[in-house]
Amino acid sequence: MKSNRILRLTGALGLAGVVATFWLGLFVTPNAEFFGSLVRLLYVHPSMAWVAFLAYGMAFLSSLLYLWPRTRHPRFDHLAGASAEVGVVFTGLTLVTGSIWGRTTWGVWWTWDPLLTTTALLFVLYLGYLALRRVPGDPEVVARRSAIAALIAFIDVPIVYFSVTWWRSLHQPPTVNLASRHLYVHGIMAFTLFLSFASFTLVYAWLTAQRYRLYALAEKEADEGLDLALEERRAEGVPA
Amino acid sequence: MWRDALIVAGKDLRIELRSKVALNQVVPFAAVVILLFGLALGPDRAALSPAAAGLFWVAVLLSAVLATQRSFAVEAADGARDGLRLSGLDPAGIFLGKAGAVAGELIVLEGLLSVGVAVLYGLQLTGGLVLVAACLAATVGLAAVGVTYGAVASGLRIKETLLPLLFLPVAAPVLLGATKAWQEALTGRPGAGAGWLGVLAAFAVVYVAVGIVAFGPLLEEA
Repeated sequence: MKSNRILRLTGALGLAGVVATFWLGLFVTPNAEFFGSLVRLLYVHPSMAWVAFLAYGMAFLSSLLYLWPRTRHPRFDHLAGASAEVGVVFTGLTLVTGSIWGRTTWGVWWTWDPLLTTTALLFVLYLGYLALRRVPGDPEVVARRSAIAALIAFIDVPIVYFSVTWWRSLHQPPTVNLASRHLYVHGIMAFTLFLSFASFTLVYAWLTAQRYRLYALAEKEADEGLDLALEERRAEGVPA
Repeated sequence: MWRDALIVAGKDLRIELRSKVALNQVVPFAAVVILLFGLALGPDRAALSPAAAGLFWVAVLLSAVLATQRSFAVEAADGARDGLRLSGLDPAGIFLGKAGAVAGELIVLEGLLSVGVAVLYGLQLTGGLVLVAACLAATVGLAAVGVTYGAVASGLRIKETLLPLLFLPVAAPVLLGATKAWQEALTGRPGAGAGWLGVLAAFAVVYVAVGIVAFGPLLEEA
């Protein structure tokens, strides 16, 4: 019960934070000198990307804990699955918001920038992982192969990032260089940015916890569902 | 471990030599892919030559999916998989053997395919040493990832659709590294291509290590 209350509080705080972020981001914060109104994407895009990476990191850690014999427990499998699922959603949102940014600043929806390319590959990598998780089977077998797939996918991320960065830098100087265009974040802008990170992280925690609970319930249903149904049937007095 | 690897690799390669599935299906498939690329890009050699390295490696990647599927289809029939588990061979050895066999098949395929690319796309195969080294390093990495994911997906009823989705995104750095190494070598800058060999080698080492560790638990699955 206590964990339920904490979960509800997390959800409420996350929702309130997101609403406040939107209000501050859309109505209160000023336009930036260089980016104009576009700067408002700053209050959603980086925090979404951060949540995506946090989620994959969490999925990787839980998968490791599951594979390690001493800490093997279905809850780590559930946590990995729940976290990766939320991660994929936020990766998708990161790509969409990044695309909007790209369209308005560089005039194109997509550019083969290292970060963008890596994120896109990350998206398909974890779509594959989720597809693998959905293949039915013995729960322990599913958990093990999913954990190994999560490991393979996560190890790939730095290699992909490094090779894509090098691939682009050999061709031409990066087209996207945010650092060179001075963007000073201060005052209310910095606060809104901070708030967006905090509230999106809370939303991540809430979503993952809910998904985790769903996994646990689904497993319970698979374990006990048939027995319960049989009992109910017997109680009706109809010959089974 | 190494002895077991040789036994398994020998078995797989013997099966391929006798059944000729790889020769009769995978090699022609790769040939079809490079022909289709030619049709898609048009007959203009000026357009084909610069893209040749990338097209070659995409064809290799797609063929690697088939070779991996074949490698585990062999184990699916007649309970061969259970036999393999009962054989007492070291799982790491089984992994190395199967990956070695797939790598061997792919190397042969790459040899044939590079001739095809040279002829069809009008390419001068210069910078031979870098080309060969890139083939070797890339193939080891591809075979390692492919066999590990093949074991993940084998025994699943939907493996034909799942394996490419799992395998191809992970193999993206290999496509990138091998293509760049080939491009640099083909345009007469083998030195620049050599740098990419490091990426390919690192990928191969990492995924051979992952496969050695992960294959035991994967093989236990029913």
